[in-house]
Amino acid sequence: MSMFSVSVQEADFDLGAEVAALTGADRSCGAVASFVGVVRDRNDGSHVAGMTLEHYPGMTEKALADIVEQARGRWPLIGARVIHRVGPLHPGDNIVLVAVSTAHRGEAFAACEFIMDYLKTHAPFWKREDTPEGGRWVDARESDDSAMARWGDGENSPME
Amino acid sequence: MNIRILYFAALREALGCGEESLTLPAGVGSVGALREHLAARGEPWQRLANMKNLRAAVNQTMATPETAVAEGDEIAFFPPVTGG
Repeated sequence: MSMFSVSVQEADFDLGAEVAALTGADRSCGAVASFVGVVRDRNDGSHVAGMTLEHYPGMTEKALADIVEQARGRWPLIGARVIHRVGPLHPGDNIVLVAVSTAHRGEAFAACEFIMDYLKTHAPFWKREDTPEGGRWVDARESDDSAMARWGDGENSPME
Repeated sequence: MNIRILYFAALREALGCGEESLTLPAGVGSVGALREHLAARGEPWQRLANMKNLRAAVNQTMATPETAVAEGDEIAFFPPVTGG
């Protein structure tokens, strides 16, 4: 099995199992960095009872695979696993997992953060929150663009 | 030229349309030209012209207004992404 894979799924994931799969498959691995994004119960001053993740089937998987490829072009990765959930989610639920394995910790930390920053601005997912005021689409944050911009290249393809 | 167009998230709701097939007149050969062509339908399509930070993809790859549109292409318009 390839040590590089991405999944878009409604089902939850198991961080421990995913990390074990990365470390168990290659003994040259000396470091795994992982990030798990979780649904918060508040955002922009409102209570959030739940949210629905919409995505662009087909493009989503392609975009995630491309982001992993870009990370491989920058750091000597041994493996990477990206899982993004879609559909209805509630506070406390996992949303996204990024885990990368490398020989040493420096590139593991960097690649994990790079993949998350790119995912936030390049992968076609949209959050719709349920709040006491009704449903609302989450606005993109400028801080996500600036987080992405510190990696140098990679235009965000605005239409303006 | 026949193409397929997809709309997502807040834009899909505002337009009341998630997907359509369209035969384009000659002269509409880029993503930017397609955007203008659609906006010219009047409300609610006019908002395609007004929407700040509109994003587009051609055949599931991020596109710019200059990106060419060809027979059989799948074009998507959507707001800035908010996953993660």
